Amino acid sequence: MTKTIIQLDDVSFSYDHSIVLEHISLQVGEGEFWALIGPNGSGKSTLLTIILGLLKPSSGSVKLFGENLESFKDRERIGFVSQKSNSFNSGFPATVFEVVRSGLTSKVGLLKRYSKKDEQKALESLRIVGMDSFATQSIGQLSGGQQQRVFIARALVGEPDLLIMDEPTVGIDQQNVASFYSMLNKLNREHGIAIVLVTHEIDLVTDLATHVACLNRTMHFHGVQSDYNKMDEVDISKWYGHPVRRVHQHAPEVQE
Amino acid sequence: MISAILSYEFLQNAFLSGLIIGVIAPLLGLFIVVRRLALIADALSHVALAGIAGSLYLSQQFLFFATVNPVYLGIASAVGGSLLIEKLRGAYRHYEELAIPIILSAGIGLGAIFISLSKGFGSDLIGYLFGSVSAVSRQDLTIVIVIAIIVICYIYFFNKELFALSFDPEYAKVSGINSRYIQMGFMIITALVIGASMRIVGILLVSSLMTIPVAAAIQLAKSFKGAMIYSILFGESAVIIGLVAAFYMDIAPGGTIVITSILILLAVLGWKKVQGNRSSFAGKGELV
Repeated sequence: MTKTIIQLDDVSFSYDHSIVLEHISLQVGEGEFWALIGPNGSGKSTLLTIILGLLKPSSGSVKLFGENLESFKDRERIGFVSQKSNSFNSGFPATVFEVVRSGLTSKVGLLKRYSKKDEQKALESLRIVGMDSFATQSIGQLSGGQQQRVFIARALVGEPDLLIMDEPTVGIDQQNVASFYSMLNKLNREHGIAIVLVTHEIDLVTDLATHVACLNRTMHFHGVQSDYNKMDEVDISKWYGHPVRRVHQHAPEVQE
Repeated sequence: MISAILSYEFLQNAFLSGLIIGVIAPLLGLFIVVRRLALIADALSHVALAGIAGSLYLSQQFLFFATVNPVYLGIASAVGGSLLIEKLRGAYRHYEELAIPIILSAGIGLGAIFISLSKGFGSDLIGYLFGSVSAVSRQDLTIVIVIAIIVICYIYFFNKELFALSFDPEYAKVSGINSRYIQMGFMIITALVIGASMRIVGILLVSSLMTIPVAAAIQLAKSFKGAMIYSILFGESAVIIGLVAAFYMDIAPGGTIVITSILILLAVLGWKKVQGNRSSFAGKGELV
């Protein structure tokens, strides 16, 4: 049986008296690839923010690697790639290598400098995402897709057990999205890293993920991918809030 | 010039202080600029003005204060101002930038009150506002050296945390970096650098030495380390040229240092433009 690395029990969250999340329970096991899908404003990003400890839930409990979130200190076990990484200050004077190495800051610890071994780790992390030849380039000179690969390398450099991503393909052209997801697939299968991915590209991701969670304020479905694919289009449309049709064998597409 | 420096203690004090400030002001300034906090240096220097004016006023009223170096009260009020900015940023979570103009206005307001209450400070205050070659004492030099040691140690030991927080604050928080204490330390260090620099560059121009060399450096540097080296190089050049010019022209060094750093910035921008034109011309050539 796989170990549980994220455990949400009856989590609710309200913001300025409006309910954003209601009674969310979810268990993510090690090595699993979860796609967290739902319409705009469904609370997906808020749920990730709660898991990351940046927001406190109004009620319910969150456990990471079996420990209560409040006392969880082993932060380097989690890698995080945010949607906002795409809108960072592109004029920031930093090389790709410097950005990736900064992912080790917490692991190296206070008052200590990076060692040669840490620098090797940063280069290895860049190699995993296929960006090692860009190490000395300025981060602002890269395309959106390349930058996002660099941010994944930064998240991987601390050798995390869990990678959390909030719409990482925003701002990346469609051609690069497929290769980006295939890299995530490789990370999950070959390196055994658990992934929780918030996305709108449900047709691509639900084929790739091992598990799917459907969120729209409450959790409408969570389970293995094969069960999700058996769901009726009418049911999906109902919780999604507007019509959804499947365009691939096992993948639905949102109708605008 | 060199024989004058060797002969006169005040010139030695001014040049040694200048050389040290030329390193620490742009070094810290790089973090200020990339974190888009350039106005903080302005706000804290105006709070330092209140402290200096307050100290000069008190020295007219009480004999005890006549023996106290006004730089101490200037530094203390800048440090107090930095802590207040942090407090106010917490109170206005959605308008964090509001804290800076509030503290800046408070600094100018208090400074104006102390200046008005006194019967005029004459050349003393002018020296603090625009810097002075002749007014730097051995005690001032000692203060600059002590502050420089603190600043360099802080940046040496917290360089990686400061980089992570500057580049991506959200990621830094998620990865477990204690941003609150690092930020608090950063604000206090900024106040100390302002306190150290005001004797040479002057309160009104101190923020320029922290930002203009950095503005030139980030035009050229690809890496953060490169930006650090260029910032110090440009800052040091501006201080040396500015001090020499001020000595020969017998004017306040703050003005000459800042104008030199602006000339360096213009030269860098011009050079970048020429390089850009050349590469676009070369690009067209390849297409043909």
